[in-house]
Amino acid sequence: MIRVNAVVVGAGAAGGIVAKELSAAGLSVVLLERGKWYTSNDCRKDDLRNQRTTVLGNAFGPEDDGNPRVLMDSDGVPHVMLPSEGGYQNNAACVGGGTLSYGAMAWRYLPQDFRMRTTYGAPAGSSLEDWPISYDDLEPFYEKAEYEIGISGDASLTPFHGPRRRPLPMPPLPPNREFQILEPAARRLGLHPFPIPMARNSVPYNGRGPCMRCRWCVGFACEVDAKNGSQNTVIPLALATGNCELRTECMAREILTDDQGRARGVAYYDADGHLQEQLSDIVVVSACAIESARLLLNSKSRLFPNGLGNRHNQVGRNLQGHHYTGAIGYFDFDTYDDVGPGASIAVSDYNHGTPGLCGGGMLANEFIRLPIQMVDRMPADTPRWGLAHKQAMRRFFKRNIVVMGPTQQIPTADARVTLDPTVRDKRGMPVARISGNVHPHTFEIGLVQAQRAEAWLKEAGAVTTVINAGKPAAVSAGQHQAGTCRMGNDPQGSVVNRNCQLHDVDNVFVIDSSVHVTNGGFNPALTIMAVAYFASAALVRNWNGTGFRS
Amino acid sequence: MRSSRSSVRLTRRQFVAVGAIGGAALAVGCSARGHGGWDFLSDSQASTLATLCDRIIPADDYPSASQAGVVTYIDRQLARTYRRHRKAYRDGLERSDEMSRQRFGMDMAALPARQQVEMVGVIEQQNRKFFDLVRSHTLEGYYGSPRHGGNRDAVSWRMLGLAEPPVLGRAQYDLRKGPAS
Repeated sequence: MIRVNAVVVGAGAAGGIVAKELSAAGLSVVLLERGKWYTSNDCRKDDLRNQRTTVLGNAFGPEDDGNPRVLMDSDGVPHVMLPSEGGYQNNAACVGGGTLSYGAMAWRYLPQDFRMRTTYGAPAGSSLEDWPISYDDLEPFYEKAEYEIGISGDASLTPFHGPRRRPLPMPPLPPNREFQILEPAARRLGLHPFPIPMARNSVPYNGRGPCMRCRWCVGFACEVDAKNGSQNTVIPLALATGNCELRTECMAREILTDDQGRARGVAYYDADGHLQEQLSDIVVVSACAIESARLLLNSKSRLFPNGLGNRHNQVGRNLQGHHYTGAIGYFDFDTYDDVGPGASIAVSDYNHGTPGLCGGGMLANEFIRLPIQMVDRMPADTPRWGLAHKQAMRRFFKRNIVVMGPTQQIPTADARVTLDPTVRDKRGMPVARISGNVHPHTFEIGLVQAQRAEAWLKEAGAVTTVINAGKPAAVSAGQHQAGTCRMGNDPQGSVVNRNCQLHDVDNVFVIDSSVHVTNGGFNPALTIMAVAYFASAALVRNWNGTGFRS
Repeated sequence: MRSSRSSVRLTRRQFVAVGAIGGAALAVGCSARGHGGWDFLSDSQASTLATLCDRIIPADDYPSASQAGVVTYIDRQLARTYRRHRKAYRDGLERSDEMSRQRFGMDMAALPARQQVEMVGVIEQQNRKFFDLVRSHTLEGYYGSPRHGGNRDAVSWRMLGLAEPPVLGRAQYDLRKGPAS
């Protein structure tokens, strides 16, 4: 196999961008993806088999057979999890990664989100820390992501945002009925509602048409390809350079190192299950927080007996996602208009600035609900089965609004990914074991957020409401998973430097949500993309100076 | 609908066959197909299951669970994605009828409606794990995509007032408007 400049492991939000930036700069790139390349033709509109409702499996990977993980419960008992089970903390395994089927909210974090420790101080027992880079460092790269991926919205309608040079490239979609109900209610409460920024075409953009506003959105591939992910933006651009080769259904096994302690390539299982070695000058790990940590930990050698980049036992720590809380309101008039994507309106008034709380999160209305997603969201006094349940489905399916939000989690070092000592995947590789939980203060913030959501719904006319502010027994990482290879200036307390380069090995990079020090009170996709552009720029800059050629 | 009593003997024999084959999906499917047209269930299991499902989603102006194909949905999944739940169904359905015989002297399917409701309540209390499994699968079959054998003719979606097939292409966008850049 021909040696290349770079192997990128994982063709998701970050990996696709890295592959495009490196190949456009003239580097030869092999992009490895464990899953398949689906297209808009693979939108089966299957309510029971997608990335959101997975009772019959994940539509976009991984398959249930041969890909287990282990979840440790709060009593320290291990549970083997299938990818379609919630405790697995799945994102996706396909070209585009989560961005093929996500809801496509495209948020910039706020300036304070990069300085959480300075803003609030670290609660005892937490590992709350500042990022080594600031909002201002990322701003040009947020902009680049907004224009290259394609974001619709209107950021000028909220006062809560960092400085920005350009508006979003597309206007927001026209408001749906929930927007029209919630918007005046928010204003009466003194809040500042605005349309959610979305990686979704509201007008023709980038050679593809706009959203047709169907019901099958979050969890599905877009039938008309109006949802923008790496699979329909940067990856085709990477391939068009002629410098990038995408190899699908290829699962990385380990990063290979030489006697000097530098990486020399990646060993992976190809689509036929054969072990291959792809040699390279640099290796970029973009497999998402849980699998990126697993790959580093599985890359053991004489010089790196505890895995690559793990000299100070930091790989896998600070696993986080978001603590989703909110409320559902039941109305005596129709709130449902069958117009996707459903999620439309948000407030950022509660992300920061509440005395006594370390942060908060945005609140938004939920994506459009499929009937199966409503069966356990009936008013509190509804029987679980029988005629009364069926009648409640009829009565409330079109008469409810969910408002909730991603409470920013306060990380701990104990919430972490390790390798399970016994469970292996179908290739015989040790699987990820997930243990620990975020700091309990997170749940106090989450409860306040849920009460705020409830107040908004009541102001909008909800007759009854139910608060949803549970206290998960294990860390809730899932599709927003982050934090396992923390970015920092201190090699003993972090895994990569501000350019996403391993402290330990100068030709290995981790570029994905793993490096997030904290995860904001927003869906993380656009920040993952901005960091990928930022780190790629640094990588190309350094490459042009000295190269990493060994 | 499907009668239960006549096939009890066959069922027992099938149980032995299932054990001998060791869960080979195709073989079990064939042997069951020969008797009742199910991929996995025996006629009597299907009848007990239908009784349970129809108490979870009874008929009113709209069909019951089994009328909408929910037993077909569950049976199909037990031969495919839900192979891991086979034992739970075999044991749970048998125990449900046992409990019914102890309480009322006959299988669930033969009970009058009021006693069926009572029995389902008892199963929910005394065999919660199995009941929750059946409840989840019943709701999936009834409210999920018709492609999997349940929600026949998208009947639950129509019941909820959802257009089927869905109305597409109604976005009021202006095609002349390009990106802001």
